Amino acid sequence: MTTGELDVDFRLVRPGFDLTVGFAVGPGRVLALLGPNGAGKSTTLSCIVGATEFVGHVRVGERQLDGLSIDERRVGMVFQEYLLFPHLTVEQNIAFGPRARGGRKSEARVTVAALLERFGVSDLRHRRPAQISGGQAQRVALARALAVDPDVLLLDEPLAALDAEVREEVRADLALHLRAFAGPTVLVTHSIADVRALASDVIVLEHGSVSYRGTVAGLVNADATPYLRQLARGESL
Amino acid sequence: MRRTKRGVSPVIVVPALVGLAFLVLPLVALVVRAPWGSIVQIVMKHEVLTSLLLSLGTASLATAICLVLGVPLAVLLARSAHWHVVPRRLLRALITVPLVLPPVVGGVALLLLLGRRGIIGQWLYAWFQITIPFTPAAVILAQVFVAMPFLVLAVEGALRTSDRRFELAAATLGASRWHVFRRVTLPLVGPGVSAGALLCFTRSLGEFGATITFAGSFPGTTQTLPVTTYLELQRDPDAAIALSLLLLAVAVVVLVGLRDRWLPGVTGS
Amino acid sequence: MVAAAVVVAALALAGCSAQSAPSPTATAAPVTLTVYAAASLTDSFADIAKEFEKQYPSVKITYNFGGSSALAAQLVAASPGDVFAAASATTMKTVTDASLVTGAPQIFVTNSLELVVPKGNPANVTGLGDLANPDLSIALCAAAVPCGAAALRLLAQEGVTAAPDTLEQDVKAVLAKVELGEVDAALVYRTDVTAAGDKVEGIDVPGADRVVNRYPIAVLKSAPNQTTARAFVDFVLGTTGQAILTKAGFGAPN
Repeated sequence: MTTGELDVDFRLVRPGFDLTVGFAVGPGRVLALLGPNGAGKSTTLSCIVGATEFVGHVRVGERQLDGLSIDERRVGMVFQEYLLFPHLTVEQNIAFGPRARGGRKSEARVTVAALLERFGVSDLRHRRPAQISGGQAQRVALARALAVDPDVLLLDEPLAALDAEVREEVRADLALHLRAFAGPTVLVTHSIADVRALASDVIVLEHGSVSYRGTVAGLVNADATPYLRQLARGESL
Repeated sequence: MRRTKRGVSPVIVVPALVGLAFLVLPLVALVVRAPWGSIVQIVMKHEVLTSLLLSLGTASLATAICLVLGVPLAVLLARSAHWHVVPRRLLRALITVPLVLPPVVGGVALLLLLGRRGIIGQWLYAWFQITIPFTPAAVILAQVFVAMPFLVLAVEGALRTSDRRFELAAATLGASRWHVFRRVTLPLVGPGVSAGALLCFTRSLGEFGATITFAGSFPGTTQTLPVTTYLELQRDPDAAIALSLLLLAVAVVVLVGLRDRWLPGVTGS
Repeated sequence: MVAAAVVVAALALAGCSAQSAPSPTATAAPVTLTVYAAASLTDSFADIAKEFEKQYPSVKITYNFGGSSALAAQLVAASPGDVFAAASATTMKTVTDASLVTGAPQIFVTNSLELVVPKGNPANVTGLGDLANPDLSIALCAAAVPCGAAALRLLAQEGVTAAPDTLEQDVKAVLAKVELGEVDAALVYRTDVTAAGDKVEGIDVPGADRVVNRYPIAVLKSAPNQTTARAFVDFVLGTTGQAILTKAGFGAPN
């Protein structure tokens, strides 16, 4: 993989919607993208992944991503509902990327076996997504995204689909895995708890533009908007 | 208080049962009036077995052709949701027309296109000495014409209700468009494809009007089971009833195989 | 003018019969007569109805045209009707066996087969023997239907082993294939050749007059007005009816 800074700077205009975003995330850093519903968080991820057109640029190090098709971008993504392929087993889900990229079968097998082990899902390898818990699905989704050794990792509300009881545990687990990822990570979330546990930097998006940019610690002093004041009080929205 | 359970209102149940009876009773009459004593002899007759085999063979090939051509057509139709309204509706109408057209008209249309003096057929005949009518190929073409819409609409229904974000997820993993289609899109609509193929097969098996018009009727070459049944009706109604039962039995076996779990999005289960 | 003469003659005939039975014209109430007739009679019976209604203004004729076997099946299944005109003795027998007929059926026309080729005769067919040529595209009726049975008898009589490419479910389907030029030659009834006009060409087959289909007609027991029904049968058998049928290509009863 090419480690490099993720550099995002674009504008997207739709009827009733005007989104301007610019940020950079260094290798090994986790940027949390916070903001109320409809602020453009998921759209930002969609632009980075290549599913939405925009004006501007997305770069990883020297590599220009805009203009590339989705499958050429090497941007790993964990979706909110995980989107594990329902017709494939856990093992086949993780192996999907390496196989799709046409890598050697033996290499893919080694990669997949290592990931199954690392994420503690070896026992589930022959189960289908419908037969595993939400926490397990979350780990499989992350393993699947990492199996292709992406340059960038995007997480869209990775804990929102989970029950409150397991969320803490899965969050701690996720923090460990994110720390092990060498590239830049962008995390979209509503939860200040997620931000504190997982992120190193924060951007707050409100009404299509950035209202806060800084460290997690600095959020305590942010007071430019009502939303920021709520965040500063530690309220999850 | 009167209804403790959430039942279906009699306003629905009564006409529903009348409708069901209307669909089922004619078939019951067929079963009741069947010449059960001689049914085995009739069905085991050489000419009947010949046309049964021809029907099964041509319907299988027709289904294969429908799959190869119909699945891509279904994808196109499903993606046409983003098109301008006029071409989108036109495409859907064109695909649906063979469903509502009298099959005999379809047969005549095929003759006018592929017959010996047809728009394309005349050149096939002049250049390659190929004539399509009166051959098993004509039987298959007639079946494809009437049956393909069933496949296309079933697959398209499944495609439209399937979650396209799975395709996005696959693409982020580095899968090319073809790989996504083959490994994600198709398996996800697999039940719709099987359902469509089964409907397509049974419709091909029962095809009569377009077949007899375009392909004619000759034992072992173009005389399918429905055609044999119709001809027997002129000579020996008992035999015709027996053959109808045979067709009914094949259709029932195939359609019972089309279980609900194969049809998410089509049955709504 | 010929038609006018025919009508005058028919009127005279009707005048004679009026002596033996009360004329239906005398009854003021309009009478509807339902006639079940073989499909091959469609055009000529329409003309007959016109002439008949001119003579009996209080009578309205409605037809149920179809394949004779299908019509017989409808009658046996108790469909109401007044007259049945079938294209074969076998189909009439289905109805007489069910005791649905008043009196004995009468033969009113015969029909024989003729070789038919597309306009211009592209394959240069000259006679029945060409039906044995495997290189030609040939259509016959299926053996199960009357025209197919007749074709088999004619071919056997003339010692020709035909090489058909298709055995159609009725004579109109055969004719359609000839009109579209899909087949080079076929055997159909003379009346069908006449009805097709200049879209096809007919070729007389020597010996065809010995293989004839006889068309029987009978009054049905279910007819509420037996007299009027009988009058219609007599009209078909009479001068006007026969003139119209001959013009359509049918042969005389004997």
